Amino acid sequence: MAESGQFLIDGKPTPFRAGQTIMQAAAEAGHYIPHLCYRPEFPPHGSCKLCSVKANGRFTSACFEPVTEGMKVESETDEIQGYRKRVVQMLFAEGNHYCAFCEKSGNCQLQAVAYHLGMEDTHYAHQYPQRKLDASHPDAMIDHDRCILCELCVRASRDLDRKEVFGVAGRGLQARLVVNSPSGLLGDSNFALTDAAAHVCPVGAILPKRQAFTTPIGMRRYDKHDIGEESSLTPIADKGE
Amino acid sequence: MPQSSSLERVLTRISARYRDEPYQLLQMLRAVQASYSHVPQSAMQFLARHLGVPLSQVQGVVEFYAFLHETPRGRYDVRFSDNITDQMLGSRGLCERLCQHLELTPGQPRADGKVTVDYTSCTGMSDQGPAALVNGLAVTRLDVGRIDEMADLIDAGIALEAWPRDWFAVRDHIRRSGPMLDLQMAPGAALEAAVARGASSTLAELARSGLRGRGGAGYLTAHKWRFCLEAPGMERFIVCNADEGEPGTFKDRVLLTRYADALFEGMALAGFVVGAREGFLYLRGEYEYLLPHLESVLERRREEGLLGGNLLGSRVGFDISIHLGAGAYICGEESALIESLEGKRGQARVRPPFPAIRGYADKPTVVNNVQTFIQAAQISAMGSAWFAEQGTEKSRGTVLLSISGDVARRGVYEYPFGVTVKEVLADCGAGAVQAIQIGGPSGHLIGAADFERRIAFEDLPTTGSLMVFDWSRDVVGVVQNFSRFFQHESCGFCTPCRVGTTVLRQLIDKVASGHASAADLDELEACGMVTRSLSHCGLGQTAPNPVLDGLKRFRPVLEAKLLGGTDGPGFDLDAELSEARKISDESLKEGQHG
Repeated sequence: MAESGQFLIDGKPTPFRAGQTIMQAAAEAGHYIPHLCYRPEFPPHGSCKLCSVKANGRFTSACFEPVTEGMKVESETDEIQGYRKRVVQMLFAEGNHYCAFCEKSGNCQLQAVAYHLGMEDTHYAHQYPQRKLDASHPDAMIDHDRCILCELCVRASRDLDRKEVFGVAGRGLQARLVVNSPSGLLGDSNFALTDAAAHVCPVGAILPKRQAFTTPIGMRRYDKHDIGEESSLTPIADKGE
Repeated sequence: MPQSSSLERVLTRISARYRDEPYQLLQMLRAVQASYSHVPQSAMQFLARHLGVPLSQVQGVVEFYAFLHETPRGRYDVRFSDNITDQMLGSRGLCERLCQHLELTPGQPRADGKVTVDYTSCTGMSDQGPAALVNGLAVTRLDVGRIDEMADLIDAGIALEAWPRDWFAVRDHIRRSGPMLDLQMAPGAALEAAVARGASSTLAELARSGLRGRGGAGYLTAHKWRFCLEAPGMERFIVCNADEGEPGTFKDRVLLTRYADALFEGMALAGFVVGAREGFLYLRGEYEYLLPHLESVLERRREEGLLGGNLLGSRVGFDISIHLGAGAYICGEESALIESLEGKRGQARVRPPFPAIRGYADKPTVVNNVQTFIQAAQISAMGSAWFAEQGTEKSRGTVLLSISGDVARRGVYEYPFGVTVKEVLADCGAGAVQAIQIGGPSGHLIGAADFERRIAFEDLPTTGSLMVFDWSRDVVGVVQNFSRFFQHESCGFCTPCRVGTTVLRQLIDKVASGHASAADLDELEACGMVTRSLSHCGLGQTAPNPVLDGLKRFRPVLEAKLLGGTDGPGFDLDAELSEARKISDESLKEGQHG
């Protein structure tokens, strides 16, 4: 196989190196593909489906699909952007997301990607799940209402922190984030605010305590720019919330 | 709750039986469930510590599989198969009758802890329903008499071993046989032919036959084997997918019963061709009753030198062990099946890499359906020409159909690929057919306009399930049953399937209850397209099929259910206002008193 080559994103010739996924090659070329469960330091997960594209006419996820020479990738077509908006709306309808009084507002990738895709309502009937807040840990809390099951915390804790604090249980709409402690509470686990897992949550599900409004609303990350203007290459450590 | 020291002794014994191997977690949890009628929290904690796996993983597995429970089930655990074909034979009424006799609510154990009655996904007995599982064992041909007697047996505390044997009898119902079912193959014949021919010539013979996987996707078997053979690595595995979970399918059940020798021979053959020494049969939990039979065939084959360390007296070894599922349709997807074999939640992996390159234990792995292995063995013994004689250009050989529903003769039928739906319907005695579901819920719902079509990979592909609905049936009810099935079976990994299957189910329920508007039908279609297009695996990609086919081919039936015809409102004003009215009424009353 050649070391590098060229493929097309929405008709635009884009270089790639052998072994890269569509997401990686697109990010290197400065081309944003919406995503929530993908971060460059982890192997692709493929659960949120926001990075769905058509590759040579077939739907797939940009985060795990390897690029091939001359591949035609459709990303910002009306069809695909429309589907992505529906996926974001599904996430909003499935959990309990109240941006108006969520302390993550402005720093939340779910909210930011919703703005990016021009979402104006949740479209689907709200499911209003009953989920309990876990405030047992002295330095952090889990608001399960906002969890979108991206499993970034699961992967960060397992692969970077070597702790395996988090897991997923249940199935279907009952799938839920669980904590690896006998009581199931974060306070009884060996989770620490210095863990990478404490800083990967793209939404307001895992939050450090006592820092809610250190940056005022209006001066937050996505108050200043659209999420699409960000590089998808930057690892967690350099992003800083 | 068992005493902790006795619990730990039991768990230690269970774990040791599975060599304290974390990959065997699901098998251990099944044993715990059988012993204590649930998996107590303390057992999860013990196993997590004992095996060195996170407690969250053990918890995740227990919550994933429908046959594992965190709270106690009754000592008698009765689950009625809830497939549409069971319902058409009166299963719902029988379940209610049993609940009345036993004075309990479905899904809730009776206060004395003696019995639980519940529903479960299709148990693979559509040809002899209404069916149920009692403590995991299949019970067939239920009727009012059996239900009444069952209630008495349970109340009297009679052990399952003393229940009438006939209730547990599973009939084969082979109605039409062809070259595949008719072939009498002596044990060892396929392997001997392969050894004589050599591994690479055997693979070439398989390629010439044109055999395609019988699990549904129709991938060329020889290609799959070749990918595995050529994948880098020292160790390889063979996996048989006997997780026949597609509602309405039961042909693998018959094959496992009657052709277990040929199946194991096919797996050993695959091992010989790709260089694997170990194979697994992943048997769906609903077929647990087949386990003693399958184990005895394995044991006999070891004695005959057709399995084990000295396959055919050579130094080549190949052996097979059986893993049981625990109630999860998704495990029929090959990568989810491998996760389950590894003792994990059955979630489909990111592909590529495909299992042939990275499968079980991340090693190259061949995963094939029961029928595919049997046919591979037959091809090795009889040659590719024998096999390719029948069928069409693109679909060689014969197809096994599991036919159920409104027909005179339910059972297994073998046809050459290319047979028309019409011919099949005539043979099985189907009259006044309104619709058929071919390939199960993940396949297609078709009406008379499509009965001239041919059953073949290039036209109407099928996993074998063929359910027939006559004009007395409500197509909306059929779509509703399948939509509920998919919602129940969605693993929850990816957004479009996790949420989409719920949205689809809620909307079709709204249609069925007569509260939907034309806009809801449009939304069904739109949501179906999102789910079909974006879902991670075959489950989500096919979950909207019943809804989308219903809209495409039976739209007038759905429209007839709309509130106020095709331009009525999408909501019930009185129902929406009822809560507010209740509150204001109460405050009015309070006002009058005050």
